[in-house]
Amino acid sequence: MSQTLEVQVWRGREDGGYQTFEVPARDNQTILDVVTHIQRELDPTLSYRFACRVGMCGSCAMTVNGKARWTCRTHVKKVAPDGKLQLQPLSNMPVIKDLVADMAEFFNKWTRAKGYFVPAEKPSTDFAMIAPDSPKRQEAEVGIECINCGICYASCDVVAWKPAYLGPAQLNRAWTLVNDERDHGQRDRARAVSGDAGCHSCHSLQACTERCPKHLDPAYSIAGLKRLTMKAALRGEL
Amino acid sequence: MTARLELWLWIAARLTAFVLAFGVLIHLITVIYAVRGGLSATEILARTQGNVAWLIFYVLFAWSVAIHAGIGTRTIVGEWTAWRGRSLDMACLVFALYLGVAGTQAALGLF
Amino acid sequence: MFDVRSRSHPTYLAFVVHRLSGLVLTLFLPAHFWALSRAIQGEAVLEGFLRWTDHSLVKAVETLLVLALAAHTASGLRLMALEFLGWRRQQKTLVAVSAGVTMAVGLGFLLNVY
Repeated sequence: MSQTLEVQVWRGREDGGYQTFEVPARDNQTILDVVTHIQRELDPTLSYRFACRVGMCGSCAMTVNGKARWTCRTHVKKVAPDGKLQLQPLSNMPVIKDLVADMAEFFNKWTRAKGYFVPAEKPSTDFAMIAPDSPKRQEAEVGIECINCGICYASCDVVAWKPAYLGPAQLNRAWTLVNDERDHGQRDRARAVSGDAGCHSCHSLQACTERCPKHLDPAYSIAGLKRLTMKAALRGEL
Repeated sequence: MTARLELWLWIAARLTAFVLAFGVLIHLITVIYAVRGGLSATEILARTQGNVAWLIFYVLFAWSVAIHAGIGTRTIVGEWTAWRGRSLDMACLVFALYLGVAGTQAALGLF
Repeated sequence: MFDVRSRSHPTYLAFVVHRLSGLVLTLFLPAHFWALSRAIQGEAVLEGFLRWTDHSLVKAVETLLVLALAAHTASGLRLMALEFLGWRRQQKTLVAVSAGVTMAVGLGFLLNVY
């Protein structure tokens, strides 16, 4: 492996361009280490996001050599054995500046997918008894650890082709709520996730499942929504 | 098109896919058998002429594929070109009807 | 911007095969129905058309169409297994199985058409 890394970094907005930096190669170096080095030592005008540095918050997500990844958990040696890196902001989102993508629509779609808990009209007088091994809790388990990093959304071609498509993260969250016995918004949610903007546009490309750093399976959750909405439609409820 | 209609299109695509899975199996076996020694009108017609079972099979097959292909075409054009909306929906409906009629006509011709 | 680096995993490639094979079959169908409907004009007319299919090139194209049909069906079954049966862990294996079945059907046709 070479002593220096050749790092192409996207600068500007959608109509920007690449700027190349030389960064010293080290053992146990992450992409976040590389980007931080560039910003601190080489060019303070570079904009990028990070927070926890330890794979818990998802803030550092960006495109690394073509694939959406968390920079803090991606080792340079794993993705660039030849020492060449290309860094871009996440796909399918407007570019604010350099490596920073605008996630506003990502979160708007979350709301449109009804990816939020809807409590009962009157508060319950007792705790909800939900067994950890109950089928619904197991189903929710498949997707519940999502931290909204946006990697699946950035990796989905249907999001790119259909601007109205809600997206894998959003639909995955909807599925976990569908399986939440305490939730009282099921009818509206089923309606929200139906149609071309909803689960029915998913072609099971499974790029979301492939790329999710938490090893969740949005494609599977979306398949669950397809079954749910189909049954509701056949019963005349939708 | 409403979300509800889009949902039903999805159901129709899966339903016809299920029917077509069986149809394609039968069709591929028939095709591979028929193609041996070269295609012959005599052989084909000997199998299909006056045979109600084959007529029903091919008419069902033709309409299933018409619906399935019509829906698929709408999806592909809507995602890979700039054409979408009502006019595309209508065009695909017309295309599906054309395929169904053409397929039925062919099946009747062979009966 | 079409970046192949993020579009090389098996289920993506299977998607491309599924979509393109569907497109090819859809474009073929009108011609197929027209050809078969020559039977309306009588056995002799159908036979006249069918002699066209003796050409090697036509047989090669037919083989590709059979491959397209087998690939589209196999891939479709894989997708429905995920959607209706929830078979998520087996998806990569099912891609391989689909490819195998497609090849077998194609070979079966090829051996009989020539």
